[in-house]
Amino acid sequence: MSNQKHILSILVDNEPGVLSRIAGLFSGRGYNIESLSVAQTAENSALSRITMVTVGDDHIVEQITKQLHKLINVITVNDLTDKKYVQRELMLIKVNAKPEQRAEILRIVDIFRCKVVDVGPEHYTIEMSGDDGKIEAFIDLLRPMGIIETARTGLIALPRDKKKSK
Amino acid sequence: MKLKGAQILIKMIKEEGVDTIFGYPGGAVIDIYDALDNTTDLRHILVRHEQAAVHAADAYARAKGTVGVALVTSGPGATNTVTGIASAYMDSIPIVVFTGQVPTALIGNDAFQEVDIVGITRPCTKHNYLVKDITKLAKTIKEAFHIAKSGRPGPVLVDLPKDVMAAMTEFEEPGEIDLKSYKPTYNPNMKQLSKVVELIKEAKRPVIFSGGGVVLSKASCELTKLAKMMNCPVTASLMGLGTFPGSDPLWLGMLGMHGTYRANMSIGHCDLLIAVGVRFDDRVTGRKDKFASEAKIVQIDIDPTSIHKNVEANCPIVGDCKNTLELLNSMLEGENLADISGNPEERQAWLDQIAQWRAASPQRYEQKDDVIKPQFVIDRLHKLTDKNTIITTEVGQNQMWTAQYYHFDQPNHFITSGGLGVMGFGLPAAIGAKAACPDKLVVCVAGDGSIQMNSQELMTAIESNLPVKIVILNNRYLGMVRQWQELFYDKRYSCTNMEKAPDFVKLAEAYGAIGMRTDKVNEVEEVLKKGLAYEGTVIMEFIVEREECVYPMVPAGVAITEMLLV
Repeated sequence: MSNQKHILSILVDNEPGVLSRIAGLFSGRGYNIESLSVAQTAENSALSRITMVTVGDDHIVEQITKQLHKLINVITVNDLTDKKYVQRELMLIKVNAKPEQRAEILRIVDIFRCKVVDVGPEHYTIEMSGDDGKIEAFIDLLRPMGIIETARTGLIALPRDKKKSK
Repeated sequence: MKLKGAQILIKMIKEEGVDTIFGYPGGAVIDIYDALDNTTDLRHILVRHEQAAVHAADAYARAKGTVGVALVTSGPGATNTVTGIASAYMDSIPIVVFTGQVPTALIGNDAFQEVDIVGITRPCTKHNYLVKDITKLAKTIKEAFHIAKSGRPGPVLVDLPKDVMAAMTEFEEPGEIDLKSYKPTYNPNMKQLSKVVELIKEAKRPVIFSGGGVVLSKASCELTKLAKMMNCPVTASLMGLGTFPGSDPLWLGMLGMHGTYRANMSIGHCDLLIAVGVRFDDRVTGRKDKFASEAKIVQIDIDPTSIHKNVEANCPIVGDCKNTLELLNSMLEGENLADISGNPEERQAWLDQIAQWRAASPQRYEQKDDVIKPQFVIDRLHKLTDKNTIITTEVGQNQMWTAQYYHFDQPNHFITSGGLGVMGFGLPAAIGAKAACPDKLVVCVAGDGSIQMNSQELMTAIESNLPVKIVILNNRYLGMVRQWQELFYDKRYSCTNMEKAPDFVKLAEAYGAIGMRTDKVNEVEEVLKKGLAYEGTVIMEFIVEREECVYPMVPAGVAITEMLLV
């Protein structure tokens, strides 16, 4: 069994301490969290959706899913990995932009269909979203310019079929 | 009806059918104790340390088959409960622990005796709550009891700020509990059950393995019936002792690290293992790839996380043990009985093989007439008491010898800290069991080390008139650690010598109990008879062989069939 990346979409009660229960479960049992994003859902303010990327073999991911289910505040756990889904991640990246680099950066920004959201005398801050492949490619292209800092939301995802994910 | 928070708490506890709680007062829970003072039909047992309150509630729950309750104050009162809670969590025991908390306005301010007990106990409770709003109090308490006792049971903690307990509100009945995210699976998948019937028909060398889940779901009658129908030998984990009669010819004894030779060999050679209410702990399996390696494994458990966690089951069934076994038994009754109990010659060959293993290496010790063997004390204790006696233990050699030589015939009569292995569990547990079953004889089997971890509870037993009988097997060592040092650390007995110990007879007398001591083999029975017959709390101290080991033993990391025998 090989380690594989899994995207878990977890619907939880929107209550204090719930994230800590989930994070504690992962640290206590030695599971990995690659990324995690959480916010209240628009369809029901009593619920939050956590999207988590974890890595493990089938055995571990089966345990992770079951252990998450066992938490009283967890309503559903959906492993999207083998399903059809759309995924996105948002990144803000601050990069050196000396006058001689600006045209090149703007060309890359154009190709990647992202946008410059803040301009300084010698830097740009760029907002971009995409799957992790696109984000990594973008970072690689900007690296020679000198990346000052980045902030990423972590991956979010929804299944593609019309019905509400259970 | 307007009620104070503290009154709502007591009302809700009583509505759960709880007649006794164990606790210790403090600043944050004065309002609750004030309300308790006006309550006649809820008994409060005042312990001498909060850890003991939780162990007593744990044993009360086990002896009675209901939920146990502990009540303590904030800060140190709350942190002292953590060991008890963690033990109940590992053994899946339904208890609710109420902790005081500083007033809501002070939470987070590092107030006097403030601690984030909800944060501390998150990984060792089934669920926990901080109640900040008095209108949610009744519902939260009802939910806490519901979660503690349903599904795979476990401890639930409810943190109660002082102002919430002191506030008044119009009491409203919380109604039925319906948690959308918590619906345990009680009924098994019928298709899987039909597979089990087929596996039973094909089996030549079956074994049933019973665990704590059978005790918790009260399924031991169904399990015994299944074994009889199949003519199938039965073994059990430490937590499962008593679920199948220890006096029955089909009984194999306990399995695992200190299991019997025949039980471990049966696991190594069986072709069908029906595991009921077990989680395949490392003390049971030894080296996992060699565990029941010739067998198809059927696993019945209410908790899906127990399945495929340590051992891969060929036929997993998620469901309540009692419901599942009842359904399985009724399916088997519709079959030809000869198919269920196997080909008579093959089955006899299997039982004969087990009898040979038993003869080759029986559970044994040799009592000469100079020094008392600890096993001999347990053996005599078993002979002198009946099957309605409740036995609690501390942890270590005393626990294993009790498991090996006291042959339990009924569930709920052996109360021990199995998963967490808490020294200091036995005495408070005996007190809790006595409170649950005042008409039964309750005996705590202890070592000289572990009894010292909660010996202050002698005072609780005396004050609350809950007489318990304490048997101390005194080898003046921390015996189990010493045994490992002897076997695996070249006899370097680092810090396990306990020759400096109190005079246990005087200790008993200091608390108002009586104490007896002997180091003579021919006095063992007399001391036991006298102590068991005495109406009050008594310590019976036996000076035993210093370097006796618990055998058989499976060293860590090897197959359970590779045992060190006597």
